[in-house]
Amino acid sequence: MDIGTIQAYAYFIFTAFLVVVLYAYIYHLYSSQRKGKRDYEKYSNIALHDEITDQPVEEISKNDEIK
Amino acid sequence: MENRPLEYDYTVAKWFMLTTVVLGIVGMLVGVILAWEMAFPAVNTFAGSGLAEYTNFSRLRPLHTDAVIFGFTLSGIWATWYYIGQRVLKVSMAESKFLMFMGKLHFGLYLLVVVAVVVSLLLGISTGKEYAEFEWPIDIAVVVVWVIWGMSIFGLIGIRREKSLYISIWYYIATFLGIAMLYLFNNMEIPTYFASGGIGAWYHSVSMYSGTNDALVQWWYGHNAVAFGFTVPIVAMIYYFLPKESGQAVYSYKLSLLAFWGLMFVYLWAGGHHLIYSTVPDWMQTMGSVFSVVLILPSWGSAINMLLTMKGEWQQVAASPLIKFMVLASTFYMFSTLEGPIQAIKSVNALAHFTDWIVGHVHDGVLGWVAFMIMAALFHMAPRVFKREIYSKSLMNTQFWIQTLGVVLYFTSMWIAGITQGMMWRAHDEFGNLAYSFIDTVAVLHPYFTIRAVGGTLYLVGMFLFAFNMYKTMTSARRVEESELQNASPMGA
Repeated sequence: MDIGTIQAYAYFIFTAFLVVVLYAYIYHLYSSQRKGKRDYEKYSNIALHDEITDQPVEEISKNDEIK
Repeated sequence: MENRPLEYDYTVAKWFMLTTVVLGIVGMLVGVILAWEMAFPAVNTFAGSGLAEYTNFSRLRPLHTDAVIFGFTLSGIWATWYYIGQRVLKVSMAESKFLMFMGKLHFGLYLLVVVAVVVSLLLGISTGKEYAEFEWPIDIAVVVVWVIWGMSIFGLIGIRREKSLYISIWYYIATFLGIAMLYLFNNMEIPTYFASGGIGAWYHSVSMYSGTNDALVQWWYGHNAVAFGFTVPIVAMIYYFLPKESGQAVYSYKLSLLAFWGLMFVYLWAGGHHLIYSTVPDWMQTMGSVFSVVLILPSWGSAINMLLTMKGEWQQVAASPLIKFMVLASTFYMFSTLEGPIQAIKSVNALAHFTDWIVGHVHDGVLGWVAFMIMAALFHMAPRVFKREIYSKSLMNTQFWIQTLGVVLYFTSMWIAGITQGMMWRAHDEFGNLAYSFIDTVAVLHPYFTIRAVGGTLYLVGMFLFAFNMYKTMTSARRVEESELQNASPMGA
């Protein structure tokens, strides 16, 4: 097998791998939301409610205690 | 004093807002002078032949690019960082004396670097690397400024109340890390005076790279400076300011995350498209092309996400000039991130490379996307940091339309000029003799160069209106209560 063939195989495998990673990440985002593990959409509120007196969307100390 | 409620401290943000406006005008004024010089060469000596050294095209060109990139844009990035950073992390800079000091030091050192850059470029002291013209002493100072900004980012994150980092913060972190890596590697240079035992000027240096390697590193840097200077931090801004000003939640937060990682991965490999048909290996050129085309996806992921954020609220575009600026910015982002990949396709590049079409592409991106977004950000911030309404809504509308016309004149003239130029360079007779000499193209392009200069001048006029509106907002507009600052910014007639 010459270097060009190896490059071609490596290129194909790498591309296929990255496509799998991309779709796995999309699946992860949507399934976590659906199963109720994490509500990603609520993080939009971090910008909308950003006065210093506003309640944080996820308070840092409270969450750390849960973990 | 003791019982005063905690407030965000915008001192450093205000200072950077000031440099954004001032350096924006400087950078664009120099750009307009250059455009007129291109159209009418006599303008090269507009200050008299005695000063021609300082006013000719080649001396002013790096001043234009660097003032817009490292002056206007970087100031805008920092002004917004010192505003957004506190708000989405829900922590005030007033809570940390250290971070406050570092913020002020950041601004002070940055000003010194700006002065050093302006003086050295005007004197013609340059490394000769595009967008990396600064000599080694300035490079070291830049690194110090950058590290201080990093301390501010991670310091503020360290004392935050909000556990999750809002998407904009991810983009600011990426800007910090991306530019740090790019700047360090591209500016690896050896001070000749010290290396040679005292020959030449003390501030001169030579790059550690040469030939094709130099070109590769330079365009890995050059293109990713666009990525991490003109794209990533500007996306950070729109993800905060558009939802905030319109009162709408980001259409899909999940899409914002996906687009972020997509952009991070893909952008770094696209720089090779600057070197198509050059001496770099063919596979690298192909890779640069392919990654450039793939780049449409994450770019449009963010841009469409922003446009969909306005779903059901499009009446706001007509009602608010501030929303107009951001929606147009987002549209120009989509436009230039489609145009770039088209230019990166090998067969298109054969025509487009070295022509004015490339210049047109850069400017529809920077004038239409980057500058519009930065100005919108400053307009949104102004009432909140100065506690006054925006001085004049009608002035904002006027500015919007003058500048939009300016951008359209700029990129359409450069499209025509670029494609004409490319076609003329390639034209030949049946024996393979070139049909045109270089000067033939110059004569044909003259009207388009003039239109470009008019477009640039209109944009600069808009910058002056912007500066005036900001100045009046700061000094004499109606004072507003905190309750008026929830979403849409208050504006005077």
